[in-house]
Amino acid sequence: MSKHHVTTTINGEATEFLCEPQLTMLDVLRDELHLTGSKEGCSSGDCGACSITVDGRLVCSCLMLAVEAEGRKIETIEGMAKGDQLHPLQRQFLEQAALQCGFCTPGILIAAKALLDRNPDPNETEIRYWLAGNLCRCTGYDKIVRAVVDAAAEMRGASA
Amino acid sequence: MLAYTAPTSVEEAVRALAGASGTAKVLSGGTDLLVQLRSGRLKADLIVDTKRIPGLAGIRQEGGGFVVGAATSGAEIGEHEGLGEAWPGIVEAANLIGSTQIQGRATLAGNLCNASPAADSVPALIAARATCVIAGSNGRREVPVEAIATGPGRTSLRPDEFIVEFRLPKRPARSADAYLRFIPRTEMDIAVVGAGVNLAVDPAGVCTEARLVLGAVAPTAVIVSAAEAALVGRKLDETALGALDKAARAACKPIDDKRGTIAYRVKVAGVLARRAATIAYKRAGERR
Repeated sequence: MSKHHVTTTINGEATEFLCEPQLTMLDVLRDELHLTGSKEGCSSGDCGACSITVDGRLVCSCLMLAVEAEGRKIETIEGMAKGDQLHPLQRQFLEQAALQCGFCTPGILIAAKALLDRNPDPNETEIRYWLAGNLCRCTGYDKIVRAVVDAAAEMRGASA
Repeated sequence: MLAYTAPTSVEEAVRALAGASGTAKVLSGGTDLLVQLRSGRLKADLIVDTKRIPGLAGIRQEGGGFVVGAATSGAEIGEHEGLGEAWPGIVEAANLIGSTQIQGRATLAGNLCNASPAADSVPALIAARATCVIAGSNGRREVPVEAIATGPGRTSLRPDEFIVEFRLPKRPARSADAYLRFIPRTEMDIAVVGAGVNLAVDPAGVCTEARLVLGAVAPTAVIVSAAEAALVGRKLDETALGALDKAARAACKPIDDKRGTIAYRVKVAGVLARRAATIAYKRAGERR
């Protein structure tokens, strides 16, 4: 089987990898590039634990072939903090204990960031619908939603 | 062993499909295809990714109507202002498919060619009298959307063919569409019943055209032909809605499954038909 040579950008860095055509983006992120923040939950697009953005669009990396990454711009949870500086969403999730086991957290953070990039002031209903594809089986969603609301307010304040 | 190709023209894609040894599958959003490949339910030898073909993703206006590229994502469909104004029913149906993440990839062509009886966008497209343009070794052909799915998981497309784009007709004055589906949750589920209605009214509010299409109540989407007689020539009063409800119920041939019994699906089909017609009627009346 011939491997594909893929050139892409991940978290702002030019990246190359070789992959077999059946591998998903999630397979390559985790097993080839060792970016293990994106998690494999369901492998069927239901849980959102593998969420990434591709050219700014939120997708499940388990439902994308790695070869499709050619020429795209990919953002993963590893690119969210800037050095030691956590993203306001990450800080709010910690401060408000919006996680227990943490397995769903990277996907939820990426999804929430994609929401705030489009809509800096979402209401609770908008947040809940936007995050409907991110399942958490530990905390319930109230703390998550509150953390997103507060991070959004913080970010609006910071940009005002 | 699986191979992958991402052609950059329609002709190249057709050649890849026609020349494939074994089973070739067309990839657009992949939200159904990849799950099926991974689970082993589907075996493929070649994946032909259509997203690198110029024009396959995107929405344009043409001849007063709209052309939606086969690989346009649900998110792009939802963000397009003109399309949502002209065809709110199609947009709400397409946007009901899956989560935000799924919307980032899922396409109309994928929803149609996956040929699930419960596909949300399909009843709305058929109600709108949408067509699709198909490319193959013998050139292009344009067929109504209802000509594609022939049964669960089966389509009328030949192995060397794929859908290039959807065409939505020019909207007559005072016409609108609506789509509703019923699921046990508020998000992230598969339709128990879906109902798409497209209708037009005269200045007095009398229906001049009406089409009702139901999903998830038969092996493929069902055009309720008696719905036209139920609505045309009438305002959308209780008599008309009652006749529509009855027509919808009579057209159902559903199965019993974990999402709903036959009796339940039939009942819900009537209710959704009424509600979708009421929304479409209100939208049409608000238009000049």
